Amino acid sequence: MSTQARSFTPYLFMAPAAAVLVVALLYPIAYMIYASFLDWNPSQRIGQATFVGLRNYTSLWSDANFRESFGVTLKFASLVVSIEMILGVGLAMLLDRSIRGMTVLRTIFILPMMIAPIVVGLIWRYMYHPTVGIFNRTLNSLGFESVPWLSDSFWSLTSIIIADIWQWTPFIFILSLAALQSLPRSALEAARIDGASGWQQIVYIKLPLMMPVLIVTLLLRLIDAFKVLEVVLVMTNGGPGLSTEILSLRIARTASEFRELGVAAAMSNYLLILLMILTAIMFTYTRLSEARAARLRQMSEEG
Amino acid sequence: MPTLKLERLCKRYASHEVIHSIDLEMADREFTVLVGPSGCGKSTTLRMIAGLETVSDGEIYIDGRPVSRLEPKERGLAMVFQDYALYPHMNVAKNMSFALRLEKKPKAEINKKVNEVAEMLGLSNLLHRKPAELSGGQRQRVAMGRALTRDAATFLFDEPLSNLDAKLRGQMRAELALMSQQVQKNMVYVTHDQVEAMTLADRIVVMQDGHIRQQGTPEELFRHPNSKFVAGFIGSPPMNFLKGVISQSGNETAVVGQGYKLSLSPEQAQRVSKQDNQEVILGIRPSDLSYAPDAKAEDALELKVVISEYIGAQSILLASCGDQNISVEIKSDQPVPLQETMKFAVHKGGLHLFDQKTEAAI
Ligand SMILES: Nc1ncnc2c1ncn2[C@@H]1O[C@H](COP(=O)(O)OP(=O)(O)OP(=O)(O)O)[C@@H](O)[C@H]1O
Ligand SMILES: [Mg+2]
Repeated sequence: MSTQARSFTPYLFMAPAAAVLVVALLYPIAYMIYASFLDWNPSQRIGQATFVGLRNYTSLWSDANFRESFGVTLKFASLVVSIEMILGVGLAMLLDRSIRGMTVLRTIFILPMMIAPIVVGLIWRYMYHPTVGIFNRTLNSLGFESVPWLSDSFWSLTSIIIADIWQWTPFIFILSLAALQSLPRSALEAARIDGASGWQQIVYIKLPLMMPVLIVTLLLRLIDAFKVLEVVLVMTNGGPGLSTEILSLRIARTASEFRELGVAAAMSNYLLILLMILTAIMFTYTRLSEARAARLRQMSEEG
Repeated sequence: MPTLKLERLCKRYASHEVIHSIDLEMADREFTVLVGPSGCGKSTTLRMIAGLETVSDGEIYIDGRPVSRLEPKERGLAMVFQDYALYPHMNVAKNMSFALRLEKKPKAEINKKVNEVAEMLGLSNLLHRKPAELSGGQRQRVAMGRALTRDAATFLFDEPLSNLDAKLRGQMRAELALMSQQVQKNMVYVTHDQVEAMTLADRIVVMQDGHIRQQGTPEELFRHPNSKFVAGFIGSPPMNFLKGVISQSGNETAVVGQGYKLSLSPEQAQRVSKQDNQEVILGIRPSDLSYAPDAKAEDALELKVVISEYIGAQSILLASCGDQNISVEIKSDQPVPLQETMKFAVHKGGLHLFDQKTEAAI
């Protein structure tokens, strides 16, 4: 076989996968991007929609509701992900030991993650119920006032944050636990001999070594938190007012209620761009720190 | 002054006891080697001294202070691990300075110490590399350097050379011997390799099945092993063992076995029991035999040489004595004919007798 033919061979083998990728992944995305330039009503076929250029994108920024929804999403995602990371990693550190009953405990811990989001929303909606919900009943029986869990704009955002933390901390917990348990045992023993206290071992050895896993976990959670829909839909449906109207909820409503597919597509694209920027920042950061270490090394070995 | 002392030290995993009440004292600035076959409890003992394993029973004293309940860092030890246990995310300099940085020592002092040790170990131009970018021997040196920067009074080593190839191991062994002379600290060194033990140790402690079988200088252990186990473990190639019985005729005592009869020295004759026909195991080191066609019959073995293995200046002869096999180490410049029965003289003091049942030296 000639060299030329051989260099072509890998592409031949990749072709089917590439074709699937184009059809299954890129086509919908391209479709969505195209749609975001249209003034498109669901009753129209896509060919009938008028092309409006970037109008959907620019007009969104003068839309106070969108801006508020965007803000709520940012607040929600950053809060839940940071709290979940701290709780999940912390729990993993606490439960990374072999005492009896730990397996059972770990299994219980990851249960919430296995429940369908709609059901999670329903469970929490009942628990938050103003009169028969367990929280207010408990508060009342202890002599406290009822809390307007889902009817006050501050409390409703807090409530969905609590529910999300309950559901997704386990995800971070199991990934961190797996990362912890695959750390080199002897390096930790060496750290103990070197005089590191439990806390110092966590800060200087465990966390840095878990970092690659933690970054991916954080990214996965962040992407997911920006797209959360069902739990909020069931619990508050975005209310009261727009206090819990996260972006995915607004996108769904723009498409189905306001019947503006082009605007909905533009919003989705903003979300996509935001997530891509976040991902890029994280990867550039690790890339940069690696490059810095390499440069330092080279300097010292030459000099 | 003894600085490290183990007193009736025991280790149990669940109900399974792996270290059976061992007693050991190590003198100041002594290089002590724990040696024994795999699974005999060397690492467990070392890890108890380090504080990485709990002590089930007994006590460890460092400078007279009981330490078995203290955290590793409170014991003032440094340790080198078999797999080096470097911190993968830190470069060489950071690895070596970790303990000092935890102690919040001034930066200038840390740098000075790290550079000093790196100089001594030839690591100066690798200080900014990560462990993954080093060869096995270099990693080994970094692990050693990390222990050295710490100014600990006692160094623990758990088979630090066993992951290296034979040539590098020899080289690192020599460097280690040199280093231990330079730094003058207490060293406790675990290995299953008796050559390492013999070359490095001031004192060897031979362990088996969680017991200490014998301890002493390399020479003591080589010359006067107290049991068949120690005799077979120390020395390479290993000691030959032949079955025999004690026989007495007149004022001469001899050990007699299939195809041989060797007379005992008066001191040895004293120690064997006076009754006739005591069953013994006779041990002779390969190096205690030499080709001597005109030796006296009662001082020599008649061996039929089967194979001669040339290993340079020395050759190892594999021979048979009756139906038992025996090896002989001789200088290569004496050619020995194969497949012929010849006389090999036993050097003076080369006969070791062990009780058939207890395997203790007689
Ligand atoms: N965590 C444990 N649980 C139960 N038994 C153990 C445990 N660790 C070690 N042992 C047992 O203790 C004994 C001594 O083990 P140790 O690691 O000290 O051996 P060693 O002398 O270092 O052997 P090697 O030369 O192979 O490293 C072994 O029989 C081993 O099976
Ligand atoms: Mg071991």
